[in-house]
Amino acid sequence: MLESSPSPVVQLTGAVSLLGRFPALAGADLAIDAGEIALLEGPNGAGKSTLLRLCAGLAPLNQGSGAVLGHDLSRRVARRALRREVGLLSHATALYDELTVEQNVVFWSKANGTIVADVEPAMQALGLAGRLRTVPVSGLSAGQRRRTSMAILVCRRPRLWLLDEPHAGLDAAGRDLIDDLIRRAVTAGATVMLASHEADRANDLATMHVSVVGGHTSVEGRSC
Amino acid sequence: MLSDALLVARKDLLIEMRSKVLTTQLLPFGMIVLILFGFGLSPDRTVPTGVANESRPLLAQVAPGLFWLAVFFSALLAFSRAFAIEASDGNLDALRLTGLDPAGIFLGKAAAIALELFVLEIVLGAGSFLLYAPELNDPILLAVTVVSTTLAVALAGTLYAALASGMRVRDTLVPLLALPALSPVLLGASVATEAALFGPSSDGWMWAGLLGAFALLYTGAGILAFGRVLEES
Repeated sequence: MLESSPSPVVQLTGAVSLLGRFPALAGADLAIDAGEIALLEGPNGAGKSTLLRLCAGLAPLNQGSGAVLGHDLSRRVARRALRREVGLLSHATALYDELTVEQNVVFWSKANGTIVADVEPAMQALGLAGRLRTVPVSGLSAGQRRRTSMAILVCRRPRLWLLDEPHAGLDAAGRDLIDDLIRRAVTAGATVMLASHEADRANDLATMHVSVVGGHTSVEGRSC
Repeated sequence: MLSDALLVARKDLLIEMRSKVLTTQLLPFGMIVLILFGFGLSPDRTVPTGVANESRPLLAQVAPGLFWLAVFFSALLAFSRAFAIEASDGNLDALRLTGLDPAGIFLGKAAAIALELFVLEIVLGAGSFLLYAPELNDPILLAVTVVSTTLAVALAGTLYAALASGMRVRDTLVPLLALPALSPVLLGASVATEAALFGPSSDGWMWAGLLGAFALLYTGAGILAFGRVLEES
């Protein structure tokens, strides 16, 4: 799953995505190469989350053109195929409150068609292998929920990581852990798009800065 | 598709076992409905059976319809609940991002609802015999009617609940969508159950067959349409 693509991983030209009638993306142009960590910067409501959802194949491409991991975003079938190759960590943690941490990770790993043997190492890496394993998700703190979602993402081994405020709710150790996982994923060949208001931390991670304002995007700079 | 259905059904049943919604809400609600019907209809009244000089208690005569109404009303809670757990916390998006076959998700959710309804029907059925004291003419016809009605209700309800799942007003919309669509099932189930209880059985088998056909129709409709429904919800 972690093979690199020769063409840009994300290629958007004049991309418009509507939320109802509101153009959450109003003509976004963007190209992200394999192995980049693209930091999306901008105020609340600028369109960062919609951009991530568009790249996940979840938000519609209403105008313009776009391809992610070689999948044409204007085609429904291609969007469905794309979804299996990306990993999205959004504001919502996508966990079932009544199930334990382990049951959640195992269920989503099986649903994602990933290797169940990856569950244990991922839970250990995220600090979930101890007493938290059998705790129902409803009893977790916000940070622990975030770690559980991240464990599911790690098991999924996506080619494109789409992270919406991944540091939210985490303590310093948790944030370091997330940064470490992101760097390891990139080393393994993945590409990352990251929206974060944790400027200092995200700047250290980013190899590319993308400004998102009013549904428009512009590349502000790249670092080596 | 079947392995996906099994995965989803197991997950939904595990969630329901933990949340205890079946035992603390569905079963008490169904029993309350059943008892209230008894209060609404005079327990002492009798109705003629159609055979000369024979009559039976009104409550026993209408027991099939009351039983199925109680099941249908309780089932509405199960439909809403099945998709409320997906609508919260972004789970529906996460499901879309998996490689699960939408038809498998549909069948899994319907199977979990059907199992819950079977448990509900056993308890409400016992309650009905206790409260309304009907006869039992053909237990096999009764069993076939219960199975085919439960499958038809679970399959149709899953589809309509999925349709409403993306809307803010889903809790009030599910009954509006499901009840009219299920009215033929209520009619067929009541008539077939009446035939199973009081006879003649031959009238009931035709209705039981129609209930089976309805279940097959919604199986096909769900398998074909659920991907699109999941996409739009």
